[in-house]
Amino acid sequence: MSSTEAIINLRGIRFAYPKRPEVLKGLDFLVGPETRVGVIGSNGSGKSTLLSVIMGLIKPQAGVVEILGKPRSKEADFKEVRPLLGFVFQDANDQLFCPTVADDVAFGPLNLGKTRAEAKEIVAETLAGLGLEDFADRIAYDLSGGEKKLVALATALALRPKILILDEPTTFLDVSAVSKLQAIVSKLDLPMIIVSHDFPFLDTVVTSRLRMEDGRLHPA
Amino acid sequence: MGFGETRTGNGFLAGIDPRIKLCVLVIWSFVLALATGFPGAFAGLAGSLALAILSGPEKPLAFAWRLLSINLFLLFIWLVLPFSMPGERIWSLGPLTLTREGVLLSARLSVQAVGITMAAMAITTTTSVFQLMAAARSMGAPAKLTAMMGLMTRYVTVIKDEFDRLVWAMKIRGFKASTSLHCLRSFANLAGVLLVRGLDRGERVYAAMLCRGYKGRFYFSLERQVNRTDIITLVAFLAMATAVSIINVIHRSHY
Ligand SMILES: Nc1ncnc2c1ncn2[C@@H]1O[C@H](COP(=O)(O)OP(=O)(O)OP(=O)(O)O)[C@@H](O)[C@H]1O
Ligand SMILES: [Mg+2]
Repeated sequence: MSSTEAIINLRGIRFAYPKRPEVLKGLDFLVGPETRVGVIGSNGSGKSTLLSVIMGLIKPQAGVVEILGKPRSKEADFKEVRPLLGFVFQDANDQLFCPTVADDVAFGPLNLGKTRAEAKEIVAETLAGLGLEDFADRIAYDLSGGEKKLVALATALALRPKILILDEPTTFLDVSAVSKLQAIVSKLDLPMIIVSHDFPFLDTVVTSRLRMEDGRLHPA
Repeated sequence: MGFGETRTGNGFLAGIDPRIKLCVLVIWSFVLALATGFPGAFAGLAGSLALAILSGPEKPLAFAWRLLSINLFLLFIWLVLPFSMPGERIWSLGPLTLTREGVLLSARLSVQAVGITMAAMAITTTTSVFQLMAAARSMGAPAKLTAMMGLMTRYVTVIKDEFDRLVWAMKIRGFKASTSLHCLRSFANLAGVLLVRGLDRGERVYAAMLCRGYKGRFYFSLERQVNRTDIITLVAFLAMATAVSIINVIHRSHY
């Protein structure tokens, strides 16, 4: 795979939080259009940190972050690509900040310059795709944890991203919510990076696994 | 009733354009706040009551209860003002003197405060938070202010959940509220943890917004035009506001 068709290409990433030991120590990570990869690793090994680097939420002290064929380093570079990387946070409460589900799903498309009418169409389409048609007017704070997670997924998919990035999607979910999420995610025709400790979940939705250890990714 | 839930009224006001309602609220607050005597204050209160009835509260009792709890701060006025206004002595207790002027002023301020909060509740319980934000934006309120308003209503519930969880965590370890130093220290810790979590939460919510292309602007729209009913309502309301203002001008008093 050449690096121009890669969606994400990280090379030699080094990162440490202020006054803390280095978390990422020369990490390389290549994600192509066909990649569906699960990232595992012990608590505190730096998986969430890696995702923050990809999203440009934190800037590595060394290394190259290449996204969709171009090196990205400044905030402006990331502003452009962030909406193309459908990122779903671990805690759906961080992601859902609008009063109603429809408002929340429309937030991204409106930011991308879609008109109200176009956004409305995208909302309807996205919710229907996830079997959440009846949720449009529901209020974010009285959804169950599993429902919130699916809606958070919808807010990311409404951006029509080139890749889906999930940070521990199954935490806080019960068995039936996990199997519902599993069914939905495995049907999506998108490259994805999924950080998770849930091996059965990973087994059904991803095609390869990497393990985070010593600040780098290793085959697992 | 949910903590952050605001829309509980389904009456006539629910169908009125949010911009009109916001205008009404702003004007009405001034009319009531500027009342200089009892006739004006009571006329204002009557107007607010009319607004409250037009808001059609789902549970009138809950509405009244909420109104009462919002106005609890009036207790402080009653504790201080009647004793600190100079005037005709009614009763004294040691160095404290209760004055007629003090009592009357406290009473009038109470009527005004209840009137304003009742009107505010009538408007906010018939308008969704986003509609209110959009209306405020379209009338020139700063974007930061409206964003803060919206996010606050959304996250009050989340922070309350966090608070409940922390309190539970304290309780299951045998914590009992008392006035001991240990207890005070625990409460201080609780407040500190809540603050830190709130800041963390704020950071993550902002990051999540950035990930969805947020560029410092919310794109609200009201999806609604001002119609005839809205205009008629506004005109009727302006007539009422003028009437109360005239009463205010005619009946002036010192308290
Ligand atoms: N904002 C921060 N400031 C300072 N240190 C941090 C911060 N966030 C994470 N860390 C530290 O960096 C290390 C990696 O954290 P990270 O959250 O990336 O781990 P993780 O692999 O996602 O763990 P988990 O499985 O628990 O989610 C940890 O030692 C953590 O304590
Ligand atoms: Mg993590």
